[in-house]
Amino acid sequence: MSANALKSEIIETDVLVIGGGTGGPMAAIKAKEADPTLRVVLLEKANVKRSGAISMGMDGLNNAVVPGYATPEQYVKEITVANDGIVHQKALMAYAQGSYPMIQYLDRIGVKFEKDGSGEYNMRKVHHMGTYVLPMPEGHNVKKVLYRQLRRLQVGVINRYMATRLLRGPDGRIAGAIGVNTRTSEFLVVRAKAVVLACGAAGRLGLPASGYLFGTYENAANCGDGYAMAYHAGAELANLECYQINPLIKDYNGPSCAYVTGPFGGYTANNRGERFIECDYWSGQMMLEFWRELQSGNGPVFLKLDHLREETISEIETILHTNERPSRGRFHERRGNNYRHRPVEMHISEIGFCSGHSASGVWVDEHARTTIPGLYAAGDMASVPHNYMLGAFVNGGIAGADAAAFCAEVDLAGYDSADLAAGRERVLAPTRREDGLTPHEIEFKTRRLVNDYLEPPKVTAKMQIGQRRFAEIREDLDHLVARDPHELHRALELQSILDCADMAAAASLYRTESRWGFYHLRADYPDRDDANWSCHTMLFKDERGRMAHRKRVVDPYIVPVAAAEMSAYHQLRIRTPAAAE
Amino acid sequence: MPIIHQARSAAVVIDEERCIAEKGCRVCVDVCPLDILAIHEDRQKAYMKYDECWYCMPCEVDCPTNAVKVNIPYLLR
Repeated sequence: MSANALKSEIIETDVLVIGGGTGGPMAAIKAKEADPTLRVVLLEKANVKRSGAISMGMDGLNNAVVPGYATPEQYVKEITVANDGIVHQKALMAYAQGSYPMIQYLDRIGVKFEKDGSGEYNMRKVHHMGTYVLPMPEGHNVKKVLYRQLRRLQVGVINRYMATRLLRGPDGRIAGAIGVNTRTSEFLVVRAKAVVLACGAAGRLGLPASGYLFGTYENAANCGDGYAMAYHAGAELANLECYQINPLIKDYNGPSCAYVTGPFGGYTANNRGERFIECDYWSGQMMLEFWRELQSGNGPVFLKLDHLREETISEIETILHTNERPSRGRFHERRGNNYRHRPVEMHISEIGFCSGHSASGVWVDEHARTTIPGLYAAGDMASVPHNYMLGAFVNGGIAGADAAAFCAEVDLAGYDSADLAAGRERVLAPTRREDGLTPHEIEFKTRRLVNDYLEPPKVTAKMQIGQRRFAEIREDLDHLVARDPHELHRALELQSILDCADMAAAASLYRTESRWGFYHLRADYPDRDDANWSCHTMLFKDERGRMAHRKRVVDPYIVPVAAAEMSAYHQLRIRTPAAAE
Repeated sequence: MPIIHQARSAAVVIDEERCIAEKGCRVCVDVCPLDILAIHEDRQKAYMKYDECWYCMPCEVDCPTNAVKVNIPYLLR
């Protein structure tokens, strides 16, 4: 590959959306709907038709706020409690109020939700307090529906370009992004008035227990590019120490999925077939009990369905094996697993960042605005906690509409050609070497060290060793070799992964307390310290290019939560009755 | 350091009797989120080029001739 011969094209648009999975397409759709005259470009490193977390659809909404079942106020309260109080309630409220209109919108454009005989949504209870789950047994076509809408609204889709760095104007506002083609390594500079980041979780951070690099819980393409780009551009990231860790089918490493099976009577059980948690909703407190059970003589942990009737099990199989992760059925078949005969072994996932399930994301307010003017973030990578697929749609829509309004106020910002040259040089460096270290082996080592030193229970001295080892790997990048565009694509992803590893360590060290159950369980700071840490932690790159932190006060609640209610998620373990005398 | 090559088993298997890549079909290659499939230059058939499979299955489901089978990668089985 001759680096100098590589083409570099510059295009201009009004709104640039980076990431064509879930929140990204909706941001593009809502920007176009807000102002059909706007030029909207959607940049995706795979193909929008099948990219992102919902490439094969989704089996249900986990956080639907549907009138008659829950109010936005109830939802805001539940998520505040589940997050130990560290939430920006205005953003939760913006989501909660947008939830039902978005369900109706999706319904109108062709996404199928479960309804009862009278056409009402068939809501189910999985959360500790309220009712928010809406099954989607025919939810396999979500991406097709989104794609149709993108075409209808004439959004400019650019597939197989990976965004690598954001560009900023002299006044600090967003100016665009640099992309690299994953198949040709050609450069593309997109100048834009507003940019929406929707790059998904940092799901390729920890190494799965199987040791298979791509056997992650998240779509392995979601490797933290958005977190890394936001960091390098100078945006603030919030509460990264609140990792994503999920209870999954062991080795398969996909959801088991208690949200689907729970309403049918399935549950998480220990080796005696007994329940040990009151509620299967994924929270840090639930994960802590899950982890304790795994460590105990009652471990491992199982998904128990063998007590259910044949018709019920067949229905569960139809949902789980045709939606979201359909290869679950194939995994079970090969293992000889059968829900009818034996509970399925579960385990905990590798660590990652993901606000879809926890609260680790690029800081956004209730308008999906980051701390950089003109830069938005939505979906798993933005800081709205527990926002799941529906949150990606709602917050993506909020970002798109607000970005459209922002465009009306500004012109294209200029950018420093030195930034572009530096970005290009960083990208191409691995292509100029013949010998050295491959992206796979550096990635494997980075992620193995993430497991060794950053997994909870977190220990200060271990995390510091981890930081030193990551610094060594950073020096090894001088020997990174990419022999073709595909390897270069992996080499760039690896650098996002390493950035996220450094951020995970630094953020975890900064918050000197334990919070969010297992997500931020620090062995040497085992207690929650509300006096000092009842705040967001913000991580950012300072003027000298160092990783820095600050506390951000939690805005006054718009939905008050009584002190007695605040501890509801701390009592998830089923109480063992005292033996009779 | 010099770079070596090592053999791996392919989780995604293509039935070459059914694959119509020689007629220009690129569906499986297009939809793979990890971009691990390619068309073999000599054989003009799709194949799994990189051991980086997330076993998500669009390649199998979207194939117009049912030529693609996604197996769970050996390390996970």
